[in-house]
Amino acid sequence: MTSPTVFAAVGEVGKDFFKERTTDTLPCQSTDKLFCWDWARENFDRYETPLRQHVELVLISVAIGFAIAFALALLSHRHRWLRPPFLLGTGVLYTIPSIAFFFLLLPLTGRGRDTAIIALSAYTLQIIYRNTIIGLDNVSKSAVEAARGIGMTDRQILWKVEIPLARPEIFAGLQIATVSTVAIATLATFARGGGLGEPIFGGELGIDFKTNIIIAGGLAVLLAAAFGLLLLWLQRLVTPWRRVETE
Amino acid sequence: MSGLLSQLPFASIDGAIEFIFEPQYSNVTGGNKVGGIDKVVELTINQLQVTVISLAIALAVALPFALYLGHKHKFETLAIAFGNAGRGIPELALIAFMAAAIGVGLLNVAIALAVLGIPPILTNTFVGIHQVDRAAVDAARGMGMTEFEILRKVEIPLAIPTLMGGIRGATIAIVATATIAPLAGYETLGDFIINENVYGENGVLAGAILVALLALALELALAGIQRLLTSPGLKPRPA
Amino acid sequence: MPTGEAATDIQPHSGASSVSYVGATKRYGDSELAAVDDLTLEVPAGEICVLVGPSGCGKTTAMRMVNRTVEMSAGDILVGGESVRSKDAAQLRREIGYVIQQIGLFPHRTITENIGTVPQLLGWKRDRIRARSAELLALVGLDPDLGDRYPAQLSGGQQQRVGVARALVADPLVMLMDEPFGAIDPINRERLQNEFLRLQAQVRKTVLFVTHDIDEAIKMGDRIAVMREGGRVEQYATPAELLMAPANEFVEDFVGADRALKRLALMRVSDIDLWEAPLATVGQPTAELRAKLDAPDVEVPYPLLVDDQRRPLGWLSERDLAAPTVPERPDSPLGPVLDRDDVMRDALADMLQGGAQYAAVTDAGGAVVGVLSVEIISEFLVSSAAKVDEHPAVERPLGAEGSDD
Repeated sequence: MTSPTVFAAVGEVGKDFFKERTTDTLPCQSTDKLFCWDWARENFDRYETPLRQHVELVLISVAIGFAIAFALALLSHRHRWLRPPFLLGTGVLYTIPSIAFFFLLLPLTGRGRDTAIIALSAYTLQIIYRNTIIGLDNVSKSAVEAARGIGMTDRQILWKVEIPLARPEIFAGLQIATVSTVAIATLATFARGGGLGEPIFGGELGIDFKTNIIIAGGLAVLLAAAFGLLLLWLQRLVTPWRRVETE
Repeated sequence: MSGLLSQLPFASIDGAIEFIFEPQYSNVTGGNKVGGIDKVVELTINQLQVTVISLAIALAVALPFALYLGHKHKFETLAIAFGNAGRGIPELALIAFMAAAIGVGLLNVAIALAVLGIPPILTNTFVGIHQVDRAAVDAARGMGMTEFEILRKVEIPLAIPTLMGGIRGATIAIVATATIAPLAGYETLGDFIINENVYGENGVLAGAILVALLALALELALAGIQRLLTSPGLKPRPA
Repeated sequence: MPTGEAATDIQPHSGASSVSYVGATKRYGDSELAAVDDLTLEVPAGEICVLVGPSGCGKTTAMRMVNRTVEMSAGDILVGGESVRSKDAAQLRREIGYVIQQIGLFPHRTITENIGTVPQLLGWKRDRIRARSAELLALVGLDPDLGDRYPAQLSGGQQQRVGVARALVADPLVMLMDEPFGAIDPINRERLQNEFLRLQAQVRKTVLFVTHDIDEAIKMGDRIAVMREGGRVEQYATPAELLMAPANEFVEDFVGADRALKRLALMRVSDIDLWEAPLATVGQPTAELRAKLDAPDVEVPYPLLVDDQRRPLGWLSERDLAAPTVPERPDSPLGPVLDRDDVMRDALADMLQGGAQYAAVTDAGGAVVGVLSVEIISEFLVSSAAKVDEHPAVERPLGAEGSDD
């Protein structure tokens, strides 16, 4: 599997990945070993680029997804009739498997990171949209009435009362979307979008080299956990009143 | 090889549709015809088969736990955290690892995919049962329903929307990931996508279209089943 | 399905069961303080016993030990002389009606299916369940067409009627009602209370009724157990006894400073010694009347004009008496006329509303039997020795909306 043609097939990212290799086959590298520590120690730097790419994929995709979904939520908060079509549209995008989505975009955007980002963003829409409208719906009517009573305009009510009070649900949506995207972004390699899927699927190491799978997969899991916890912490930070309630 | 690839027609919807219905020449495999409706049907059945088996495994594992814990209102944080954590399982690594560590083939792939289906089923079922109006359960118990009758006649029917949401989520995750099952030696529609050097770009696009349609069809079918199972009393009605 | 068999279902139960608490105790975990401590209480069959007290007094726990939705730690409860522990809990509960404040209708089942819950558990046939559900809907005053609706389509008051119907459907020997009308607005609440009393007059169940509202307790209870923390019963008495002679300061505080006024709700006009007014007829010489008014023991200083059947027509004023004979049209209007069966509280309200010092009281035929004055009522309120006749709640008049049957 070391022929230059395979290099070509996996693209630029792949070349970068292989350059780092320093040692020939180690004793523990046989496929029946679960984890080869010696190899891991020597080759860990191979994962730096995929990890960075993975983080970028996730951050950009979730940011785009959030911007669109949040705008849709605000739009359909004011114009309720927009909800069913928005739910249906984002639902369809959510249901289409990302790996299929990558290649549905083939005639339009070809391959590469942009294609992966489009598909991943599309996937997050439903999660963020749904949570945001649930959050806005859960805002107590009396808080809105009180805001209106003291003379706030609709715009002020939205930004100063409704959105702040909807933060728990909005952040919950962001958390679910981010963690899911970290997982699904491992598939971006199929669209030649890089990320932690690259060493598993695109590499010369072979899809049956368990040490590699465990490192790449483990990094993805850790990344998901890190993002999950970070968002949990952020959620607590922006909803101080909920801490008081639960204590 | 890259020279050959560049001579292939660029992927087009027309080409993909042709690929689905009629076997096409592929210059990659040296003059053999690939694709066609027979192959499409075979791979679709394969993908459905592994999806159904995997879903059955996930249900068999997750439902009893979730129903029991939900009914007892135990381990709420754990059940919910489990579902959230489950979303973080990287599909590709999971399939690759299961294939390398356990083995290839239908059953092994089904077991690997079930790992993805268990968290949403467990969490949603737990939450659905846990959230059932306590007054209804109190009334049911007070009228002399046994615990099993409470679960069967009150809690499950009332939890159907949430419970089915979990099953739908699990099904989408499973059928989507079944697309990469060929990596673990089980041919599904994903074969068209993964083995581009066999099927060509039209094959890849055809595979993507077929996988998307299959997922949407399953989702639609489950939404229909949910409608049938949900009591009219639970549906929002115009005031 | 022979309709005759269904028809027998609606007959009042041949017997309600008594409920006896025998040192019943509930302790949660290792807590020092028992939720219910050594409760001993006897509820006669066919009566409404209200458990009343502040929140946290253990009244709900005490009630729920009867159907074992809360299991006793010690002691026993006998229903119809049999320990509740002698049966399987589910079996026991199917024989005990259960109504809770949150109603707890099953939103996924139609009204008919909700009412048919226990019959279904008991294995009744489908037709019999339908017929019985329809009867129960009628019994609680709901349109039988509502049977095919779902709970979400009903108002709160309608839902609780269904809750009561669902509890009554299998003709339980005992009914447990945990603040059943607590979540309903005051107007509908009063209506439901009245309807339930009317229903109870028909079905005569033994009812354990939990509330924190002393007014509701007085209205609904044949007997009231006033409870405080630890499930201790401070006083167990009829409403009248409770109001007249609170056992201690706690009960007195709980019953409230206006307990004397509350007593009026328990009495009818006929329970009190009425005054007599000199009766006048048209054409009678006024001299006779003036002589009566001058007598030392006169109670009402105005003569009451009546017709030949002693039906009241009006009061005679000084000016009327100045004429030689009683005129056909008296100077003063008649004002409120009370029935001797009216509830005293309502009678007082009528008089205050009409601005009347005196009101003629008539019997069922409309003939005057006496005069009620504001003064009699105020004397009654200050005298602790007032004679109070007890009336079981179900025999009390129920007001306009309760008498539509």
